[in-house]
Amino acid sequence: MSEAVIHIDKLSKKYRGADSFALESLSLDIFRGEVFGLLGPNGAGKTTLISILCGLISPSYGSFTIQGFSYGKSATQLKASIGIVPQDFALYPSLTAKENLMYFGAMYGLKGRHLSTDVDHALESLGLTAHSNKRVETFSGGMKRRVNLLAAVLHKPAVLFLDEPTVGVDVHSKKAIMDYLQRLNENGTTIVYTSHHLMEAQEFCTRVGIIESGQLWRIGTPDSLISSIPGAKSLEDVFIDLTGKGFRDV
Amino acid sequence: MSIRKEMLLLARDAGGIVILFVMPMILLLAVTMVQSGSFDSLLGSRMEVLLVDNDGGDIAKRIQEDFSEDENLSLVTILDGKPIEESVAKQLVHEGVYQLAIVLPQNLSKDLHVHVKQNVDKILAEFDFSADSTVAKPRAVVAKEIKLYFDPATQASFKTAVKMSIDKMVSNIESQSIYSTFQNELGESDHTHFQEQQFISFKEVTDAEDDVKTIPTAAQHNVPAWALFAIFFIVVPLSINIVKEKSQGTMVRLRTSPTSYALFLCGKTVSYVLISLIQFYLMLLVGIYVFPYIGLHPFLVEGQFFLLSLIALFSGLAAVGLGILIGTIASTQEQSAPFGATLTVVLAAFGGVWVPVFLMPSIMQKLAVLSPMNWGLGAFYDVLLRQGGLTSIFPAIILLFSFFVLTLLIAVTYDKKKKTI
Repeated sequence: MSEAVIHIDKLSKKYRGADSFALESLSLDIFRGEVFGLLGPNGAGKTTLISILCGLISPSYGSFTIQGFSYGKSATQLKASIGIVPQDFALYPSLTAKENLMYFGAMYGLKGRHLSTDVDHALESLGLTAHSNKRVETFSGGMKRRVNLLAAVLHKPAVLFLDEPTVGVDVHSKKAIMDYLQRLNENGTTIVYTSHHLMEAQEFCTRVGIIESGQLWRIGTPDSLISSIPGAKSLEDVFIDLTGKGFRDV
Repeated sequence: MSIRKEMLLLARDAGGIVILFVMPMILLLAVTMVQSGSFDSLLGSRMEVLLVDNDGGDIAKRIQEDFSEDENLSLVTILDGKPIEESVAKQLVHEGVYQLAIVLPQNLSKDLHVHVKQNVDKILAEFDFSADSTVAKPRAVVAKEIKLYFDPATQASFKTAVKMSIDKMVSNIESQSIYSTFQNELGESDHTHFQEQQFISFKEVTDAEDDVKTIPTAAQHNVPAWALFAIFFIVVPLSINIVKEKSQGTMVRLRTSPTSYALFLCGKTVSYVLISLIQFYLMLLVGIYVFPYIGLHPFLVEGQFFLLSLIALFSGLAAVGLGILIGTIASTQEQSAPFGATLTVVLAAFGGVWVPVFLMPSIMQKLAVLSPMNWGLGAFYDVLLRQGGLTSIFPAIILLFSFFVLTLLIAVTYDKKKKTI
């Protein structure tokens, strides 16, 4: 097995004033070149885990490294090696697609003609060249999703975190995004992916972890998880079997 | 790149441009025109004052003559073709149709002459200047009262100014009456014996170094005061800008990038300080070029451009620090916008932008020194009205810069603490 790009050791998070842990002693290794699906019902701890790994909040206990870097001593190297695609359109609506990408690229130290060329190539790869000088506020949901993705990969991160990358997009945009992610992965980018589209996760992920109540309940390839539950035919069956049929966000 | 992004965002926000650049200029013009218009004959407007003449004598004529020479007040003695009665005048002023009515009592002129003549006769009799030293027994003359009816909505300062003006007018009439009576009694027809002009007058001497005379006009007060207010109003768009970054998710990208939060704040600081300087120079241009065009005194820079720019720069830094702090702490635009606007208004009130600090109650005077706007305003007045140099504004600049550093430190500390939720 290849080396662990993300190494998580007994990570816990308890929010101030909360009664229980949002994450409880979670340990996990994610390996180079994987597409790892982090699945779980609402409130299971997926967002907390991603937020900690991206440095947005601090853990209460435990530690982790990404590419061997941690936030304490080598925060800059760690940040340079990750990209994040938030579920919200994290873009400036009144700027054009190109202006947005130029700005976010510059935040990762890219500059000059090199940056401009990379941005043009990126826009071309997701069919946005004709719209590169149009303001993002005029874009459809699918176009915004594509720009949102490009903003996270301009600096060619080793690890890409995706939070619901295809939510609310049409079939064409969804296919373009998934194909693009596939190419990124084939070129060596490790992908950590959260989604409620379990069929999409089943097709896309090389390995899946099901998280519930802040703990990792199951981990394995989609096929191994399906075969581990008698009568299960898809990841959705596995998910329902493990987490129950009740609502989680009431 | 960060500065370019901020400028692009602003350039594409028409409402933001209006708030940042146009509204302060409108505010400056409006306030200065209103203040100048209070007692100047700005725009040729004259306030109409009702005169109820129950006297019908020469005092009423004198008052009418004096008022006719006044550029700001004009007398109305007839309404609907009839002389005005006191009850009508009272009602019209009460309703706010007119702001002032003057009611002259019956026999005012006649009784004043009698009163003065009796006093003059008495004095002359005592010195035996009169051929006939026997003085008739004086007739009892009741002291007269001129009634003033004010619109309840008029301000105390206006009332005081009008009362002083009428008091002076009445005193002049009385003294001239005394002189005239003396001359008549002495049989002199030549009026050169008594000079009726005021003997004692006052001359205003302003304290200025090197004998440089700068007349403290409303423009010299208002341009720096309202420019400072506009500079601090940048707190509102800046805090909204930061809250927007958080709510639309771009802050997540910025905070997960290798660029430090301090560098991110640096970009915002440079951009918004530039904006505040542009605001300031626009206000100066309005004061220098637009004021005289509409009949106001021009704003005089008098070679102090560098010092004024320096104060504006550090005031801008203080305002940006405050905006960043509010934007960092607030979670929604509904929190940051009203809070930022209210705080700016409070700091302006404390700082002496509206009411000079020396006119405030003692407790407010002590609180005024806590307002960064007070520091900036004091520095502007040092340069513009007291001819101060770099050394005189240095303490204010240090205070403004310290305020910027302190607010920035609090913002960064709060942001770090928030990560540990």
